[in-house]
Amino acid sequence: MQSKMKESDPILEVENLSASTDNLTILKGVSLTVYPGEIHAIMGRNGCGKSTLSKIIAGHPSYNITNGDIKFLGENINSLEPEERSQSGIFLGFQYPIEIPGVSNLEFLRVSTNARRKFLNKEELDTFDFEELVKEKLEIVKMDQAFLSRSVNQGFSGGEKKRNEILQMALLEPKIAILDETDSGLDIDALRIVASGIKKISNAQTGIILITHYQRLLDEIKPNYVHVMSDGQIIKTGESDLALELEEKGYEWTDNFIKET
Amino acid sequence: MVNENLVKDVVKEPYKYGFVTDIETEKIEKGLNEDIIKLISQKKEEPKFLLDFRLKAFKKWQKMKEPDWAALGYKKIDYQDIIYYSAPKQKEKISSLDEVDPKLLETFDKLGIPLTEQKKLTNVAVDAVFDSVSIATTFREELAEHGVIFCSISEAVKNHADLIEKYLGTVVPASDNYFAALNSAVFSDGSFVYIPKGVSCPMDLSSYFRINSGDSGQFERTLIIAEESSSVSYLEGCTAPMFDTNTLHAAVVELIALDDASIKYSTVQNWYAGDEEGIGGIFNFVTKRGKCLGKRSKISWSQVETGSAITWKYPSCLLLGEESVGEFYSVALTNNLQQADTGTKMIHIGPKTKSTIVSKGISAGNSKNSYRGLVKMGTKATGSRNYSQCDSMLIGDQASANTFPYIKSQQPNSEIEHEASTCRISEDQLFYLQSRGIEFEEAVSMMVSGFCRDVFNQLPMEFAAEADKLLALKLEGSVG
Repeated sequence: MQSKMKESDPILEVENLSASTDNLTILKGVSLTVYPGEIHAIMGRNGCGKSTLSKIIAGHPSYNITNGDIKFLGENINSLEPEERSQSGIFLGFQYPIEIPGVSNLEFLRVSTNARRKFLNKEELDTFDFEELVKEKLEIVKMDQAFLSRSVNQGFSGGEKKRNEILQMALLEPKIAILDETDSGLDIDALRIVASGIKKISNAQTGIILITHYQRLLDEIKPNYVHVMSDGQIIKTGESDLALELEEKGYEWTDNFIKET
Repeated sequence: MVNENLVKDVVKEPYKYGFVTDIETEKIEKGLNEDIIKLISQKKEEPKFLLDFRLKAFKKWQKMKEPDWAALGYKKIDYQDIIYYSAPKQKEKISSLDEVDPKLLETFDKLGIPLTEQKKLTNVAVDAVFDSVSIATTFREELAEHGVIFCSISEAVKNHADLIEKYLGTVVPASDNYFAALNSAVFSDGSFVYIPKGVSCPMDLSSYFRINSGDSGQFERTLIIAEESSSVSYLEGCTAPMFDTNTLHAAVVELIALDDASIKYSTVQNWYAGDEEGIGGIFNFVTKRGKCLGKRSKISWSQVETGSAITWKYPSCLLLGEESVGEFYSVALTNNLQQADTGTKMIHIGPKTKSTIVSKGISAGNSKNSYRGLVKMGTKATGSRNYSQCDSMLIGDQASANTFPYIKSQQPNSEIEHEASTCRISEDQLFYLQSRGIEFEEAVSMMVSGFCRDVFNQLPMEFAAEADKLLALKLEGSVG
């Protein structure tokens, strides 16, 4: 499918992945390979399995992998705990970031960042050093310091929650970031801030998967590949113009595709 | 369903205070009658007024019935099957710490409460109580320079009989309730604090209660008096060995604050809670009450209740003085088959009195955790205010939480506010924290700490950190 010769090893390889929850099969043989520096977009109707795919890669305990493998930097991670995946460099930007009352955002960000730093054999940061770091990263998403003293996501507007996700991505410096509908619920200005934040954080060593319904995020961040999902499968893969075509013709157009094998 | 495997993998940290000190003890025979009470009083060389106080209390107790209104279930206690006095054998008169049995010093060392001159905590004065007697009190001379009296209540009976006679039983009368009457009849030791007029106590005072014996009850009695414009912060800690029988602990604590005085009383209660099947553990039936006698006086209770098989405890404030203030900050955590029925009573008697109640109950396992609180505005409590907040957190789907607020107002010109909430740690919240690299157990403890933040902020610094750790420890392996 991706026929170009790659110079480096892939970051993420999803191989023929099937998964279910409560005996309901949600993924039916998904394959996807992401190399360093690549941006992939996954599009598809609600309920096609996009979000499930992202949660399974992050290690959500509600889903059972019934077949296939997920490899990260060449290692099978099927049985790793979510925290181990995060520490080793997998980041999931949540479609609906969760509110955690009473837990300060600053402390949460610090503990999270230190967990990743510890994995990388970097020195863990105390409160003062961490504040320096986080101030710098706040610039990227144009967030006010006041966000730090509030409880995690509690009372945040939709846009603020999404920016808080990107702030976490900036702090964790993941090898791969899966951003699940990070563009939903954002006005145009917030979308630009988030998109430029993602671009600033990513580089030639990182991979990005954007899960989205809309072209507008892809106008800001041009993907190398666009995958269309339907009923738990990737039914078509193309380059960035596929998204434009999809925008023009709608998902009905994709109903006629037969799964490429 | 939440990460079941992981939870099973977590090695449960055992109760680390569960050891027994092997020491020769002097125990009296089991059972309770007038002769036993006379014997206890005689052993302590008490003046007649105190023996009379005990005997009167015993008569009242005999006529009383054990309360059954609390949301608690337990096997009936056989009061004749308890030893009411148990003390490590020591020299008759101990004049310095050097004469204390090294085994006892070692015990407190192991509990993190070093008592010897070289090792003692530098910022806190400690009274260490072992079963029925006080072993040692540190910093007595230093405190005496400020006129502060800090000693065991047995010594106070001998050396400050006037103060004992004047105040003992004035806040919690012997007839107050079944367990208070029992305590008044048989109390053995506890701490006594007297802060003279205008003195702000130069260091925190602390009592550490250790139950060592398996078949004797602990009936401690604490009395704190803060004279005009004085202030004190008092801390209390408790642990016990692991026995497969239940041990009764029925304490009475009385606080008295005169004009402009303030008393801050903090407890971290970590009595042995019994095992996962609910075998063993301490029955903790405690009456704690403070009297804000003076104008603008203040009494603040903060408690972190994590231990005991059963906790029955309502630290309360009688707000008599004009503009006096009562506070109650509580975290009660129950796990496995523990039961807690705890809360407070804020009795507003004087005008412009103010009270605040913040209660956080956390129930895990198959435990039962109830908040029970009374706010009463008397006829003269004009312009008085109360604010109550009672929050419950459930962990798992087998635990239960109840809130029983009682509100009685005889004063239309007063305000009572009550807020309550219940929440559950959700799988989504845990996954969110985990997906940010935070380990499962740490994620749970972060959320529990967050839930308790308002109360922890009220605890003295070193206590707050300890409380945080204690909760995390107690919850290990409880989510699943």
